[in-house]
This record gives sequence, structure tokens and C-alpha cells, in this order.
Amino acid sequence: MTKRSSAGSAPVARRSSGSDPGGAPAALRSRGDRAFRLATMLAAAAVLAAAAAIAFVLLRASAPAISRFGPAFLVRADWDPIRLSFGALPFVWGTLYTTAIATVLAVAAGVMTALYLTEVAGGGTRAVLGFTIEFLAAIPSVIFGLWGLYVLIPWLRDHVAVPLSMRAGDFPLLAGPVYGPGMLAAGLVLAVMIVPTVAAVSREVFASVPETLRDAAYALGVTRWEMVRTVLLPAAKGGLLGAVVLAVGRAMGETMAVTMVIGNAAAVSVSLFAPGNTMSSVIANQFAEATERLHQAALMEIGLLLFLTTLLVNLGARWLAARTAARAMMVPPFAGAPEEGQADAA
Amino acid sequence: MPPDAGRWTAWRRVQERAVTLCLLLATGVVLVPVASVLYVTVRNGIAAWNWAFFTQVPAAVGASGGGVGNAIAGTALLVMLALFVAAPVGLMAGVYLSEFGREGGFPRAVRVVNDALMGVPTIVLGIFVYAAVVVPMGHFSALAGSVALALILIPTVVRVTEDMLRMVPPELRDAGLALGVPEWRVITSIVLRAAFPGILTGIALGVARIAGETAPLLFTAFGNPNWALNPLQPVSALPLQVFLDAVSPYADLQQKAWGAALLLIVIVACGNGFARAYTYGRKVG
Repeated sequence: MTKRSSAGSAPVARRSSGSDPGGAPAALRSRGDRAFRLATMLAAAAVLAAAAAIAFVLLRASAPAISRFGPAFLVRADWDPIRLSFGALPFVWGTLYTTAIATVLAVAAGVMTALYLTEVAGGGTRAVLGFTIEFLAAIPSVIFGLWGLYVLIPWLRDHVAVPLSMRAGDFPLLAGPVYGPGMLAAGLVLAVMIVPTVAAVSREVFASVPETLRDAAYALGVTRWEMVRTVLLPAAKGGLLGAVVLAVGRAMGETMAVTMVIGNAAAVSVSLFAPGNTMSSVIANQFAEATERLHQAALMEIGLLLFLTTLLVNLGARWLAARTAARAMMVPPFAGAPEEGQADAA
Repeated sequence: MPPDAGRWTAWRRVQERAVTLCLLLATGVVLVPVASVLYVTVRNGIAAWNWAFFTQVPAAVGASGGGVGNAIAGTALLVMLALFVAAPVGLMAGVYLSEFGREGGFPRAVRVVNDALMGVPTIVLGIFVYAAVVVPMGHFSALAGSVALALILIPTVVRVTEDMLRMVPPELRDAGLALGVPEWRVITSIVLRAAFPGILTGIALGVARIAGETAPLLFTAFGNPNWALNPLQPVSALPLQVFLDAVSPYADLQQKAWGAALLLIVIVACGNGFARAYTYGRKVG
């Protein structure tokens, strides 16, 4: 199992695996047992403490920026380290823009790949392709950055960006000038990086749809596509939504690859080819040179916002997964096979 | 039967073929970047590999030659220190969740927070450790870098330990307790041992992941052009070296970046291959 693919399914396993094993009765516990219990509890508490410490330290470090700019920090478009005027809008925009590109592409390609692997491909193909795509998930971010910088960007510039902006540059989405690094490059690299997450979670979701549902549909004489459209996708809807949310969470926090291909500019532009920065890439790009206290505090505040947002997104994905798991358990009675009692009566 | 039934069937057949083709194409589109990343990295990386690459420190800026030996050693040091912190904490917390705290508010909170920590962007952990460790210490250090990496590793170890321990049949625990073995020995010598292959697999995957992390090291381990194995001093690391060399203007350094990237891919592949081989060999329970 991989960390990423297991995220969607874990609540199911947890629910079905019963209650406390109990351990030794209290009277039989030795001093060593009590010490051991206490030690494990402290380790568990350390996890909570770490999360609290992250929130507290980031909050304290961003205090100067919070007191200087207040809530307006989020909507100010001005980011000027020289005049010490900071607003996070360009980076919030960059994060939303690149995440949107990546999510749309990765969800489309990932769900279709998962459909191919679960419904079309044979066992051998499924194993080999499944392994290859999972390996994609294990490749470090910085290597995608390197690949984006030296392979994807030159190709994009020569074959996509320059021709498009020459012919249709009046259209704001395709406006030049084209530098190479920019939103589209970042969105594409992100898409490549989150496709494995989408594909893996979608595969699990499709696999968890009971086989009896498919059989019932096929027995009515539908084609594979009709079965997918009318039975599989509706049954998998909630789980797929969970996959999308997980993908969004990963895309938002991804740092190195984006930092290397987005072009490091603090501007709000709708053009696909404009250089920009995301919330995570601006930290990577500027933190080392942020010698002014306020500059550093502003970057810390962006980190805090990123921390809180990804926490919420991940909790949302978890909630969706748990809800779908509950619903998946409700499916079998509708799945066509009569329940045992009824079968006996008939 | 309606008169156009034949045409309708033909249309459904066409539709079916077209959709299958689309699915196949989408899978192909996903595979193109995998193939491209692997091909380009192997081709450019192999060219950078030689004896000096593995054994020397980087040459002076602009000069050719040199290697990434210090980054290899730095990555080994960082990962080892991180594992040293994360393995005990993660194992113990996982034991707590599986053996003592299946239900209740506190374990539930730990589980939710632990899962949420897995999704925290690693750059955020990097600046947290900068504020919490680097600033009080007064300088960058391998120690700070490994704290950041440990924060990435701990949630994975907690999760995999709990999941694997839960698969151990309760009868094993009862059998141990019935023999009069103290509870803590039952857990450490019987339950943990039974679940060990699965836990080790999870840890191997986690280690492969942190070995490739760059963002949490930028402002903690920071990088160091010389040999440095003192945990209290800044150290280099392979992913850091890839990043710094990739954005440098020198062709020789860019080639080093590809070489280091290939080495990282090999490390990640080894971690994953080991995990796979190990789980196929033995099954839990």
C-alpha cells in the first residue's frame, strides 16, 4: 500500500475492525505495563502537540504582519518587499489558478485511467500500468521541477505558447509576452504530479462498487459504457468527489516543482503564460532573502494560511471518504440478489 | 421492434468503441510524462555519473568536475536522524491507537490530526522548524533538517503501525496473556513482531519519500558545499543539490542536477522495490 492511495479507504478498515483488544485486566498489569501504556499515550499526545505547536509558532511568527495588515492581507494585490507593503492576493490567485488547471486535467485523465484499469484492461496490463502510475507518485517533486524546467517548458514555449499567443494574443487567456515559465507550465507539472493520486483513489472507489451491480446492468443488455454511465459513475460519485478533494489538497501544497517552473512574479494576470507565484512557491522563492522582519512575517502568515487551508481540505476529504464508505455499505441490498431470508421463502 | 433498431444497435456499438478508445488514450496520456521523466533523467543522469560524482564535493562555482559526495552523505545523515526520532514516536503512538485507544475522544482526535498532518505542505513544516529550531539555535543545521523530515515521517509511521497491528488476530494477544506474559511484552514481542513486515514496508516507503524532499530542507539543513557530518552544522542533501544546480546558469552544474536526480530515482525505486518484495514474501497474520 502507499500512503496516498490508502487515504481514501482507511476509515472503512477502521470501522470494520472491531473494538479494543482489551489487553490485560487492570489487576494483572505490572508496573512495567503501566509505564508502557503511559509511554505510548505520551507518543500519541505528541502528535497532537506537534500540530498545536505548528499552529502556535506560525501564528506567533506572523503576528507583525497580522497586526499591520489585518484581514485585508488576503485581498491586497500589492507585494513590495522594498516599500514593505504586503498583500497575499497574487499568491492566493496563483494557487487557485494552478490548482484549477491541475485538478481539471488530472481528474479527467485520472478517472479515465482508473476506468480503463478496472473495467477494460486485463490482469497483466492492470498490474504493470498500475505499478507504473504508482511509481510516478513516488518520484520526488524536485525531479518534476527539473523535468519541467528543461523538457516541458521549452516544448510548451515553442509548440504551444508562442504559436497560440501570436495568433490569438488578443484573447486575455492567451495574452503574451511568453517567457516560458508561467501558470500553464506550473499547472501542467502539478497535473502530472497529482494524476497518480486521482487514479489510485478512483481505482479503489470503482473496485469497491459491488460486482453484483455491474452484473445486474449487464444482464439487462447494456454495453460497457452504458453500465459505466448509468451504474458505476453514480455509485462512485461520492468517492470520486473525495478523490478530487484529495487532489486539490496535494496541488495546493506542492512546492518545489511549482517553484521551479512558475516564474516567480507577484502579479495577478488571467493569461496562461504569465509568470506568477503560488502561496507555497513564494515562501520557497523569497524566505531566504526575507531579511526584513515584516517581509518574513508576511511569508509566515502565508504559511499559516496554507497550513489551515490544507487542514480543512484534508478533513473534508476524510469526511467525504467516511460518508461514502457508509453509503457503500448500504448498496448490497439493492444489488439485485435477494436477501437470504427471501431466497429461502421463495 | 422499432424500424431503426438495427441502426440504434450499430450506434451503441460505435459509442462503446469510441469510449474504450478514449479511455485507452487517457491512459496513454498519463503514461507519456512518466516515460519522458524517466527517459530524460536516465539519459542525462548516466552522462553525469562517474567516480568523482560520487566521491567528491562540488567544484568551485564555474569550474568543471567535482561531485555530490557530500550531498549523498548529508541525505544519509538527515534520513537516519529523522528515522531515529520518527520511528520510536510513530511506533508508540500507533501501538497506543491500536492496543489501548480504539475508541474515545482522545484517540479519535489523534487519528484525525495525524491524518491531517499527512497533508500539510512540507514547505510549511520547513518554515515552522526554521522558527522553532533554527532561530533559537542561531544557525542552520542537519538537526533542524531532520526534525522537519521527522514531522513528515511520523504521521506515516503512526498510520501504518495502527493499521498493521489491527490486522493481528486478537487470539495471539490472549494466548500470550494466558501464559502470564506481561502485557508490554505481549505487545512488543508478539503483536509487533507479527505485524513487523507490514510496518517495515510502510517505513521503507516513508523513508524513500523523505529522502526526496527538498522544501523542508531549504531553510533548515540549508546546504553546505563541503563535507559536513556534524548534526549541529548545515549539511547538503541530494534533493537540495538537484534544486540548486538545476537553477544555476552553468551547464556542468545542470548536468550534476540530472545525475543527482537519477540517484534519487534509484533510491526511491529501491525503497519501493524493497517494500514490494518484502510484503509479497510474507503476509501479516
